[in-house]
Amino acid sequence: MPLPLLVPAAVGVVFLVLPLLALVVRAPWSAIGPQLAEPAVGQALRLSLVSATLATLLSLVLGVPLAWVLARSSIRGRSVLRALVTVPLVLPPVVGGVALFLVLGRQGIVGRLLHEHLDVTIPFTTTAVVIAETFVAMPFLVISVEGALRAADARFEDAAATLGADRWTTFRRVTLPLVAPGVAAGAVLCWARALGEFGATITFAGNFPGTTQTMPLAVYLALQSDPEAAIALSLVLLAVSLGTLLVLRDRWLGRSAAV
Amino acid sequence: MLAVAAVLALAACGAPADAGSDGEVTGAVTVFAAASLTDVFSDLGRRLEDDHPGLQVQFNFAGSSALATQLTHGAPADVFAAADTDQMDVVTDSGVGVVSRAPVLFARNQLEIAVPPGNPGGITGLTDLADPERTIALCAPEVPCGAAAEAAFDAAGLTGAPDTLEEDVRAALTKVQLGEVDAALVYRTDVRAAGDAVEGIDFAQAADAVNGYPICVLTDAPNPAGALAFVELVTSDAGREALATAGFTGP
Repeated sequence: MPLPLLVPAAVGVVFLVLPLLALVVRAPWSAIGPQLAEPAVGQALRLSLVSATLATLLSLVLGVPLAWVLARSSIRGRSVLRALVTVPLVLPPVVGGVALFLVLGRQGIVGRLLHEHLDVTIPFTTTAVVIAETFVAMPFLVISVEGALRAADARFEDAAATLGADRWTTFRRVTLPLVAPGVAAGAVLCWARALGEFGATITFAGNFPGTTQTMPLAVYLALQSDPEAAIALSLVLLAVSLGTLLVLRDRWLGRSAAV
Repeated sequence: MLAVAAVLALAACGAPADAGSDGEVTGAVTVFAAASLTDVFSDLGRRLEDDHPGLQVQFNFAGSSALATQLTHGAPADVFAAADTDQMDVVTDSGVGVVSRAPVLFARNQLEIAVPPGNPGGITGLTDLADPERTIALCAPEVPCGAAAEAAFDAAGLTGAPDTLEEDVRAALTKVQLGEVDAALVYRTDVRAAGDAVEGIDFAQAADAVNGYPICVLTDAPNPAGALAFVELVTSDAGREALATAGFTGP
Protein backbone atom coordinates (compact mmCIF):
# COMPACT_ATOMS: atom_id res chain seq x y z
CA MET A 1 0.00 0.00 0.00
CA PRO A 2 1.34 3.49 -0.83
CA LEU A 3 2.60 5.40 2.19
CA PRO A 4 1.04 8.76 1.15
CA LEU A 5 -2.32 7.06 1.63
CA LEU A 6 -1.50 4.78 4.52
CA VAL A 7 -0.03 7.38 6.88
CA PRO A 8 -2.90 9.91 6.72
CA ALA A 9 -5.35 7.03 6.95
CA ALA A 10 -3.69 5.80 10.13
CA VAL A 11 -3.68 9.32 11.58
CA GLY A 12 -7.35 9.58 10.67
CA VAL A 13 -8.18 6.39 12.54
CA VAL A 14 -6.27 7.53 15.63
CA PHE A 15 -7.95 10.93 15.47
CA LEU A 16 -11.42 9.42 15.37
CA VAL A 17 -10.92 6.57 17.80
CA LEU A 18 -8.62 8.03 20.45
CA PRO A 19 -11.24 10.35 22.02
CA LEU A 20 -13.61 7.40 22.35
CA LEU A 21 -10.87 5.30 23.93
CA ALA A 22 -10.14 8.19 26.32
CA LEU A 23 -13.75 8.06 27.49
CA VAL A 24 -13.33 4.38 28.28
CA VAL A 25 -9.90 4.79 29.90
CA ARG A 26 -10.85 7.77 32.06
CA ALA A 27 -14.23 6.41 33.08
CA PRO A 28 -14.65 6.17 36.86
CA TRP A 29 -15.25 2.42 36.63
CA SER A 30 -15.47 1.84 40.38
CA ALA A 31 -18.18 4.49 40.76
CA ILE A 32 -19.94 3.85 37.51
CA GLY A 33 -22.55 1.47 38.92
CA PRO A 34 -23.96 3.96 41.42
CA GLN A 35 -23.63 6.77 38.85
CA LEU A 36 -25.75 4.92 36.33
CA ALA A 37 -28.23 3.75 38.96
CA GLU A 38 -29.22 7.38 39.57
CA PRO A 39 -32.89 7.75 38.64
CA ALA A 40 -32.00 10.89 36.68
CA VAL A 41 -29.79 8.87 34.33
CA GLY A 42 -32.50 6.33 33.53
CA GLN A 43 -34.93 9.20 33.05
CA ALA A 44 -32.65 11.01 30.58
CA LEU A 45 -31.80 7.81 28.71
CA ARG A 46 -35.45 6.80 28.43
CA LEU A 47 -36.40 10.25 27.20
CA SER A 48 -33.57 10.18 24.66
CA LEU A 49 -34.51 6.77 23.27
CA VAL A 50 -38.22 7.56 23.10
CA SER A 51 -37.81 10.98 21.50
CA ALA A 52 -35.18 9.81 18.99
CA THR A 53 -37.43 6.91 18.00
CA LEU A 54 -40.48 9.14 17.62
CA ALA A 55 -38.41 11.59 15.58
CA THR A 56 -37.28 8.74 13.33
CA LEU A 57 -40.85 7.50 12.83
CA LEU A 58 -41.99 11.02 11.99
CA SER A 59 -39.05 11.36 9.60
CA LEU A 60 -40.00 8.09 7.90
CA VAL A 61 -43.62 9.15 7.46
CA LEU A 62 -42.66 12.52 5.98
CA GLY A 63 -39.19 11.86 4.62
CA VAL A 64 -39.71 8.77 2.44
CA PRO A 65 -42.46 10.43 0.36
CA LEU A 66 -40.33 13.56 0.17
CA ALA A 67 -37.37 11.53 -1.08
CA TRP A 68 -39.66 9.95 -3.69
CA VAL A 69 -40.76 13.39 -4.89
CA LEU A 70 -37.14 14.47 -5.15
CA ALA A 71 -36.01 11.33 -6.96
CA ARG A 72 -38.94 10.37 -9.17
CA SER A 73 -41.27 13.26 -9.80
CA SER A 74 -40.73 15.82 -12.52
CA ILE A 75 -41.99 18.90 -10.69
CA ARG A 76 -40.32 22.17 -11.53
CA GLY A 77 -37.76 23.60 -9.12
CA ARG A 78 -36.86 20.18 -7.80
CA SER A 79 -33.22 21.06 -7.24
CA VAL A 80 -34.22 24.18 -5.32
CA LEU A 81 -36.58 22.06 -3.26
CA ARG A 82 -33.79 19.59 -2.55
CA ALA A 83 -31.48 22.39 -1.46
CA LEU A 84 -34.19 23.82 0.81
CA VAL A 85 -35.04 20.60 2.61
CA THR A 86 -31.41 19.73 3.19
CA VAL A 87 -30.52 23.12 4.69
CA PRO A 88 -30.89 21.72 8.25
CA LEU A 89 -27.94 19.44 7.42
CA VAL A 90 -25.60 22.40 7.28
CA LEU A 91 -27.48 24.83 9.52
CA PRO A 92 -26.06 25.18 13.03
CA PRO A 93 -28.64 23.38 15.19
CA VAL A 94 -28.96 26.37 17.54
CA VAL A 95 -30.14 28.43 14.57
CA GLY A 96 -32.65 25.70 13.86
CA GLY A 97 -33.86 26.02 17.45
CA VAL A 98 -34.33 29.76 17.13
CA ALA A 99 -36.15 29.29 13.81
CA LEU A 100 -38.47 26.75 15.41
CA PHE A 101 -39.29 29.30 18.13
CA LEU A 102 -40.25 31.81 15.46
CA VAL A 103 -42.70 29.34 13.94
CA LEU A 104 -43.95 27.22 16.83
CA GLY A 105 -43.21 29.35 19.90
CA ARG A 106 -45.97 31.06 21.82
CA GLN A 107 -45.24 34.20 19.82
CA GLY A 108 -44.45 32.26 16.63
CA ILE A 109 -46.26 32.44 13.32
CA VAL A 110 -48.13 29.18 13.86
CA GLY A 111 -47.53 28.76 17.58
CA ARG A 112 -49.45 31.94 18.40
CA LEU A 113 -52.59 30.52 16.79
CA LEU A 114 -52.15 27.20 18.59
CA HIS A 115 -51.66 28.99 21.89
CA GLU A 116 -54.57 31.41 21.54
CA HIS A 117 -57.20 29.15 19.99
CA LEU A 118 -56.35 25.65 21.14
CA ASP A 119 -54.43 26.46 24.32
CA VAL A 120 -51.56 24.32 23.02
CA THR A 121 -48.02 25.36 23.87
CA ILE A 122 -45.18 23.47 22.23
CA PRO A 123 -41.88 24.83 23.63
CA PHE A 124 -40.55 23.20 26.82
CA THR A 125 -42.45 19.94 26.18
CA THR A 126 -41.34 16.50 25.02
CA THR A 127 -43.20 17.26 21.79
CA ALA A 128 -40.76 20.13 21.27
CA VAL A 129 -37.84 17.71 21.73
CA VAL A 130 -39.25 15.40 19.05
CA ILE A 131 -39.86 18.34 16.70
CA ALA A 132 -36.35 19.73 17.20
CA GLU A 133 -34.79 16.31 16.62
CA THR A 134 -36.92 15.68 13.54
CA PHE A 135 -35.98 19.07 12.09
CA VAL A 136 -32.28 18.31 12.41
CA ALA A 137 -32.31 14.59 11.59
CA MET A 138 -34.89 14.14 8.81
CA PRO A 139 -32.61 15.45 6.03
CA PHE A 140 -30.23 12.55 6.71
CA LEU A 141 -33.05 10.14 5.96
CA VAL A 142 -34.24 12.07 2.90
CA ILE A 143 -30.77 12.18 1.36
CA SER A 144 -30.17 8.51 2.05
CA VAL A 145 -33.52 7.35 0.63
CA GLU A 146 -33.25 9.62 -2.38
CA GLY A 147 -29.82 8.14 -3.14
CA ALA A 148 -31.25 4.63 -2.88
CA LEU A 149 -34.14 5.56 -5.18
CA ARG A 150 -31.80 6.97 -7.79
CA ALA A 151 -29.62 3.87 -7.63
CA ALA A 152 -32.59 1.50 -7.87
CA ASP A 153 -33.35 0.03 -11.26
CA ALA A 154 -36.36 1.95 -12.60
CA ARG A 155 -37.17 -0.84 -15.05
CA PHE A 156 -38.93 -2.80 -12.29
CA GLU A 157 -41.26 0.14 -11.79
CA ASP A 158 -41.77 0.43 -15.53
CA ALA A 159 -42.62 -3.26 -15.68
CA ALA A 160 -45.14 -2.89 -12.85
CA ALA A 161 -46.72 0.04 -14.66
CA THR A 162 -46.91 -2.01 -17.87
CA LEU A 163 -48.72 -4.71 -15.92
CA GLY A 164 -51.36 -2.18 -14.92
CA ALA A 165 -50.23 -1.08 -11.45
CA ASP A 166 -50.89 2.58 -10.64
CA ARG A 167 -48.05 4.68 -9.23
CA TRP A 168 -49.19 4.28 -5.60
CA THR A 169 -49.35 0.50 -5.92
CA THR A 170 -46.00 0.48 -7.71
CA PHE A 171 -44.49 2.54 -4.92
CA ARG A 172 -45.80 0.23 -2.20
CA ARG A 173 -45.24 -3.13 -3.89
CA VAL A 174 -42.14 -2.53 -5.99
CA THR A 175 -40.21 0.63 -5.14
CA LEU A 176 -40.32 0.43 -1.36
CA PRO A 177 -39.11 -3.20 -1.09
CA LEU A 178 -36.41 -2.34 -3.62
CA VAL A 179 -35.01 0.53 -1.56
CA ALA A 180 -35.70 -0.99 1.88
CA PRO A 181 -32.00 -1.26 2.78
CA GLY A 182 -31.52 2.40 1.89
CA VAL A 183 -34.52 3.36 4.00
CA ALA A 184 -33.16 1.31 6.90
CA ALA A 185 -29.72 2.89 6.60
CA GLY A 186 -31.31 6.35 6.44
CA ALA A 187 -33.46 5.58 9.46
CA VAL A 188 -30.41 4.51 11.47
CA LEU A 189 -28.50 7.66 10.52
CA CYS A 190 -31.55 9.73 11.37
CA TRP A 191 -32.03 7.98 14.71
CA ALA A 192 -28.37 8.38 15.65
CA ARG A 193 -28.44 12.07 14.73
CA ALA A 194 -31.64 12.56 16.73
CA LEU A 195 -30.14 10.75 19.72
CA GLY A 196 -27.16 13.10 19.74
CA GLU A 197 -29.15 16.28 19.07
CA PHE A 198 -28.20 19.11 21.42
CA GLY A 199 -28.34 22.64 20.01
CA ALA A 200 -31.86 22.77 18.62
CA THR A 201 -33.20 20.86 21.60
CA ILE A 202 -31.74 23.05 24.36
CA THR A 203 -32.79 26.17 22.43
CA PHE A 204 -36.34 25.23 21.46
CA ALA A 205 -37.31 22.62 24.05
CA GLY A 206 -35.32 23.96 26.99
CA ASN A 207 -33.83 21.75 29.65
CA PHE A 208 -35.90 20.06 32.33
CA PRO A 209 -35.32 16.59 33.80
CA GLY A 210 -37.97 14.11 32.70
CA THR A 211 -39.61 16.23 30.03
CA THR A 212 -36.90 17.77 27.87
CA GLN A 213 -33.50 16.88 29.35
CA THR A 214 -32.14 14.29 26.93
CA MET A 215 -28.79 12.53 27.44
CA PRO A 216 -26.66 15.09 25.55
CA LEU A 217 -28.14 17.90 27.66
CA ALA A 218 -27.56 15.88 30.83
CA VAL A 219 -23.94 15.27 29.78
CA TYR A 220 -23.40 18.96 29.08
CA LEU A 221 -24.76 20.11 32.43
CA ALA A 222 -23.10 17.30 34.37
CA LEU A 223 -19.74 18.36 32.95
CA GLN A 224 -20.15 21.68 34.75
CA SER A 225 -20.72 20.22 38.19
CA ASP A 226 -19.62 16.58 38.17
CA PRO A 227 -17.22 15.61 35.34
CA GLU A 228 -17.18 11.95 36.42
CA ALA A 229 -20.93 11.75 36.01
CA ALA A 230 -20.56 13.35 32.59
CA ILE A 231 -18.08 10.67 31.56
CA ALA A 232 -20.36 7.92 32.83
CA LEU A 233 -23.32 9.38 30.92
CA SER A 234 -21.17 9.74 27.80
CA LEU A 235 -20.21 6.09 28.02
CA VAL A 236 -23.86 5.11 28.07
CA LEU A 237 -24.53 7.15 24.93
CA LEU A 238 -21.44 5.70 23.29
CA ALA A 239 -22.52 2.16 24.12
CA VAL A 240 -26.07 2.74 22.88
CA SER A 241 -24.90 4.28 19.60
CA LEU A 242 -22.26 1.64 18.98
CA GLY A 243 -24.59 -1.21 19.89
CA THR A 244 -27.33 0.04 17.61
CA LEU A 245 -24.96 0.50 14.73
CA LEU A 246 -23.52 -2.99 15.09
CA VAL A 247 -26.83 -4.78 15.58
CA LEU A 248 -28.61 -3.01 12.72
CA ARG A 249 -25.67 -3.42 10.41
CA ASP A 250 -25.72 -7.17 10.78
CA ARG A 251 -29.44 -7.75 10.91
CA TRP A 252 -31.08 -5.45 8.44
CA LEU A 253 -28.76 -3.25 6.54
CA GLY A 254 -26.75 -5.77 4.63
CA ARG A 255 -24.25 -4.35 2.24
CA SER A 256 -25.86 -0.92 2.08
CA ALA A 257 -24.64 -0.29 5.63
CA ALA A 258 -21.30 0.36 4.03
CA VAL A 259 -22.71 3.72 2.89
CA MET B 1 -17.54 37.49 56.24
CA LEU B 2 -17.71 38.25 52.57
CA ALA B 3 -16.52 41.77 53.25
CA VAL B 4 -13.48 40.45 55.07
CA ALA B 5 -12.76 38.08 52.23
CA ALA B 6 -13.04 40.99 49.83
CA VAL B 7 -10.54 43.06 51.76
CA LEU B 8 -8.11 40.16 51.98
CA ALA B 9 -8.52 39.47 48.32
CA LEU B 10 -7.92 43.11 47.50
CA ALA B 11 -4.72 43.06 49.51
CA ALA B 12 -3.54 40.00 47.63
CA CYS B 13 -4.71 40.79 44.17
CA GLY B 14 -5.29 44.50 43.79
CA ALA B 15 -1.78 45.79 44.26
CA PRO B 16 -0.01 46.67 41.01
CA ALA B 17 2.36 43.88 40.13
CA ASP B 18 5.75 43.90 38.46
CA ALA B 19 4.14 43.58 35.07
CA GLY B 20 3.50 47.31 35.40
CA SER B 21 0.25 48.83 34.27
CA ASP B 22 2.05 51.65 32.45
CA GLY B 23 4.27 49.30 30.44
CA GLU B 24 3.58 48.06 26.95
CA VAL B 25 0.02 46.75 26.88
CA THR B 26 -0.57 45.29 23.44
CA GLY B 27 -1.68 42.09 21.77
CA ALA B 28 -4.81 40.14 22.58
CA VAL B 29 -6.38 39.73 26.01
CA THR B 30 -8.85 36.89 26.44
CA VAL B 31 -11.45 37.40 29.16
CA PHE B 32 -13.72 34.57 30.33
CA ALA B 33 -16.68 36.26 31.99
CA ALA B 34 -20.08 35.33 33.41
CA ALA B 35 -22.95 35.84 30.98
CA SER B 36 -24.45 38.54 33.21
CA LEU B 37 -21.37 40.70 32.56
CA THR B 38 -21.86 40.68 28.78
CA ASP B 39 -22.86 44.33 28.29
CA VAL B 40 -20.77 46.08 30.90
CA PHE B 41 -17.60 44.11 30.14
CA SER B 42 -17.99 44.65 26.40
CA ASP B 43 -18.11 48.39 27.08
CA LEU B 44 -15.08 48.24 29.37
CA GLY B 45 -13.21 46.18 26.80
CA ARG B 46 -13.79 48.82 24.14
CA ARG B 47 -12.65 51.50 26.58
CA LEU B 48 -9.42 49.60 27.28
CA GLU B 49 -8.81 49.18 23.56
CA ASP B 50 -9.24 52.93 23.11
CA ASP B 51 -6.72 53.58 25.92
CA HIS B 52 -4.19 51.12 24.51
CA PRO B 53 -3.94 51.15 20.72
CA GLY B 54 -2.69 47.74 19.61
CA LEU B 55 -4.64 45.95 22.30
CA GLN B 56 -7.55 43.67 21.48
CA VAL B 57 -9.90 42.43 24.17
CA GLN B 58 -11.67 39.16 23.34
CA PHE B 59 -14.53 37.79 25.44
CA ASN B 60 -15.97 34.40 26.13
CA PHE B 61 -19.30 35.01 27.86
CA ALA B 62 -21.11 31.94 29.22
CA GLY B 63 -22.44 30.43 32.41
CA SER B 64 -19.72 30.65 35.08
CA SER B 65 -19.73 26.90 35.61
CA ALA B 66 -19.22 26.23 31.89
CA LEU B 67 -16.30 28.68 31.91
CA ALA B 68 -14.84 27.08 35.03
CA THR B 69 -14.98 23.69 33.31
CA GLN B 70 -13.28 25.07 30.22
CA LEU B 71 -10.54 26.68 32.32
CA THR B 72 -9.82 23.60 34.41
CA HIS B 73 -9.51 21.69 31.13
CA GLY B 74 -6.87 24.09 29.89
CA ALA B 75 -8.72 26.72 27.86
CA PRO B 76 -6.23 29.52 27.15
CA ALA B 77 -7.39 32.72 28.86
CA ASP B 78 -5.97 35.73 30.67
CA VAL B 79 -8.80 36.77 32.97
CA PHE B 80 -11.69 34.96 34.65
CA ALA B 81 -14.68 36.80 36.10
CA ALA B 82 -17.32 34.59 37.72
CA ALA B 83 -20.81 35.36 38.95
CA ASP B 84 -20.21 33.74 42.31
CA THR B 85 -17.34 32.63 44.51
CA ASP B 86 -18.25 28.94 44.18
CA GLN B 87 -17.31 28.84 40.51
CA MET B 88 -14.13 30.84 41.16
CA ASP B 89 -13.32 28.26 43.86
CA VAL B 90 -13.74 25.49 41.29
CA VAL B 91 -10.92 27.08 39.31
CA THR B 92 -8.69 28.00 42.29
CA ASP B 93 -9.18 24.59 43.95
CA SER B 94 -8.82 22.54 40.80
CA GLY B 95 -5.20 21.73 41.60
CA VAL B 96 -4.10 22.71 38.13
CA GLY B 97 -2.79 26.00 39.51
CA VAL B 98 -4.50 28.35 37.12
CA VAL B 99 -4.94 31.36 39.37
CA SER B 100 -1.85 33.37 40.16
CA ARG B 101 -3.25 35.75 42.76
CA ALA B 102 -6.24 35.47 45.04
CA PRO B 103 -9.41 36.64 43.26
CA VAL B 104 -10.83 40.05 44.10
CA LEU B 105 -14.54 40.78 44.50
CA PHE B 106 -15.52 43.65 42.23
CA ALA B 107 -19.33 43.75 42.27
CA ARG B 108 -22.52 42.29 43.65
CA ASN B 109 -25.76 41.43 41.98
CA GLN B 110 -29.17 40.23 43.03
CA LEU B 111 -32.08 38.49 41.44
CA GLU B 112 -35.17 40.05 39.96
CA ILE B 113 -38.21 38.58 38.21
CA ALA B 114 -38.25 39.36 34.49
CA VAL B 115 -41.54 39.25 32.59
CA PRO B 116 -42.40 40.07 28.97
CA PRO B 117 -43.78 43.60 28.34
CA GLY B 118 -47.34 43.89 29.62
CA ASN B 119 -46.80 40.97 31.99
CA PRO B 120 -49.13 38.54 30.14
CA GLY B 121 -48.81 35.93 32.89
CA GLY B 122 -49.99 38.38 35.56
CA ILE B 123 -46.90 37.75 37.70
CA THR B 124 -46.85 39.66 40.99
CA GLY B 125 -44.16 37.95 43.04
CA LEU B 126 -42.06 34.89 43.75
CA THR B 127 -45.18 32.86 44.67
CA ASP B 128 -46.26 32.95 41.02
CA LEU B 129 -42.97 31.31 40.02
CA ALA B 130 -43.94 28.34 42.18
CA ASP B 131 -47.18 27.95 40.22
CA PRO B 132 -47.01 24.93 37.86
CA GLU B 133 -49.72 26.47 35.67
CA ARG B 134 -47.39 29.20 34.52
CA THR B 135 -44.47 28.82 32.13
CA ILE B 136 -41.31 29.66 34.06
CA ALA B 137 -37.62 29.67 33.16
CA LEU B 138 -34.97 29.39 35.86
CA CYS B 139 -31.22 28.93 35.60
CA ALA B 140 -29.90 25.40 36.04
CA PRO B 141 -28.74 24.82 39.64
CA GLU B 142 -25.19 24.28 38.30
CA VAL B 143 -24.85 27.95 37.31
CA PRO B 144 -24.67 30.81 39.83
CA CYS B 145 -28.04 32.35 38.99
CA GLY B 146 -29.62 28.94 39.50
CA ALA B 147 -27.94 28.55 42.87
CA ALA B 148 -29.15 32.03 43.81
CA ALA B 149 -32.67 31.15 42.67
CA GLU B 150 -32.67 28.10 44.92
CA ALA B 151 -31.54 30.27 47.82
CA ALA B 152 -34.33 32.74 47.13
CA PHE B 153 -37.00 30.03 46.98
CA ASP B 154 -35.62 28.49 50.18
CA ALA B 155 -35.77 31.86 51.92
CA ALA B 156 -39.40 32.24 50.84
CA GLY B 157 -40.30 28.67 51.85
CA LEU B 158 -41.40 27.94 48.28
CA THR B 159 -40.51 25.36 45.64
CA GLY B 160 -39.98 26.79 42.19
CA ALA B 161 -42.01 25.35 39.31
CA PRO B 162 -39.71 25.83 36.32
CA ASP B 163 -40.51 24.49 32.85
CA THR B 164 -36.90 24.81 31.79
CA LEU B 165 -33.54 25.10 33.53
CA GLU B 166 -31.35 27.30 31.34
CA GLU B 167 -27.61 26.89 30.96
CA ASP B 168 -26.88 30.55 31.71
CA VAL B 169 -28.75 33.65 32.83
CA ARG B 170 -28.84 35.24 29.37
CA ALA B 171 -30.50 32.13 27.94
CA ALA B 172 -33.22 32.52 30.59
CA LEU B 173 -33.55 36.22 29.76
CA THR B 174 -33.84 35.40 26.04
CA LYS B 175 -36.83 33.15 26.72
CA VAL B 176 -38.56 36.17 28.33
CA GLN B 177 -37.60 38.47 25.46
CA LEU B 178 -39.05 35.99 22.98
CA GLY B 179 -42.26 35.97 25.04
CA GLU B 180 -42.02 32.19 25.41
CA VAL B 181 -42.19 32.14 29.19
CA ASP B 182 -44.38 34.06 31.64
CA ALA B 183 -41.40 34.87 33.85
CA ALA B 184 -37.78 34.08 34.53
CA LEU B 185 -35.59 34.68 37.55
CA VAL B 186 -32.58 36.64 36.33
CA TYR B 187 -30.25 39.31 37.72
CA ARG B 188 -31.36 42.87 38.22
CA THR B 189 -28.63 43.88 35.77
CA ASP B 190 -30.08 41.63 33.07
CA VAL B 191 -33.46 43.31 33.40
CA ARG B 192 -31.80 46.68 33.05
CA ALA B 193 -29.67 45.54 30.07
CA ALA B 194 -32.75 44.26 28.26
CA GLY B 195 -34.32 47.75 28.28
CA ASP B 196 -37.92 47.82 27.08
CA ALA B 197 -37.87 44.19 26.00
CA VAL B 198 -38.68 42.97 29.52
CA GLU B 199 -40.20 44.32 32.72
CA GLY B 200 -38.66 43.72 36.14
CA ILE B 201 -40.49 42.83 39.35
CA ASP B 202 -38.66 43.08 42.67
CA PHE B 203 -39.32 40.58 45.43
CA ALA B 204 -38.42 40.60 49.11
CA GLN B 205 -36.28 37.43 49.20
CA ALA B 206 -33.91 38.77 46.53
CA ALA B 207 -31.85 40.23 49.36
CA ASP B 208 -31.25 36.70 50.66
CA ALA B 209 -29.58 35.61 47.44
CA VAL B 210 -26.89 38.15 46.62
CA ASN B 211 -23.98 37.04 44.44
CA GLY B 212 -20.46 38.41 44.76
CA TYR B 213 -18.48 38.61 41.51
CA PRO B 214 -14.77 37.72 41.78
CA ILE B 215 -12.21 38.42 39.07
CA CYS B 216 -8.63 37.26 38.65
CA VAL B 217 -5.65 37.03 36.34
CA LEU B 218 -4.89 33.44 35.40
CA THR B 219 -1.44 31.91 36.00
CA ASP B 220 -0.87 30.81 32.45
CA ALA B 221 -2.20 34.05 31.00
CA PRO B 222 -0.55 34.50 27.60
CA ASN B 223 -0.80 38.26 28.11
CA PRO B 224 -0.33 39.03 31.83
CA ALA B 225 0.20 42.78 31.29
CA GLY B 226 -3.00 43.05 29.29
CA ALA B 227 -4.84 40.90 31.83
CA LEU B 228 -3.73 43.12 34.69
CA ALA B 229 -4.74 46.22 32.76
CA PHE B 230 -8.25 44.81 32.31
CA VAL B 231 -8.60 43.79 35.96
CA GLU B 232 -7.37 47.24 37.04
CA LEU B 233 -9.91 48.91 34.78
CA VAL B 234 -12.74 46.80 36.20
CA THR B 235 -11.73 47.57 39.80
CA SER B 236 -10.99 51.25 39.11
CA ASP B 237 -13.40 54.11 39.81
CA ALA B 238 -14.34 54.16 36.12
CA GLY B 239 -15.04 50.44 36.23
CA ARG B 240 -17.18 50.74 39.35
CA GLU B 241 -19.09 53.55 37.75
CA ALA B 242 -19.82 51.46 34.65
CA LEU B 243 -20.86 48.54 36.84
CA ALA B 244 -23.11 50.77 38.93
CA THR B 245 -24.74 52.16 35.77
CA ALA B 246 -25.45 48.57 34.70
CA GLY B 247 -27.18 47.95 38.04
CA PHE B 248 -24.44 46.18 39.96
CA THR B 249 -23.74 47.24 43.53
CA GLY B 250 -20.25 47.71 44.95
CA PRO B 251 -18.33 44.81 46.43
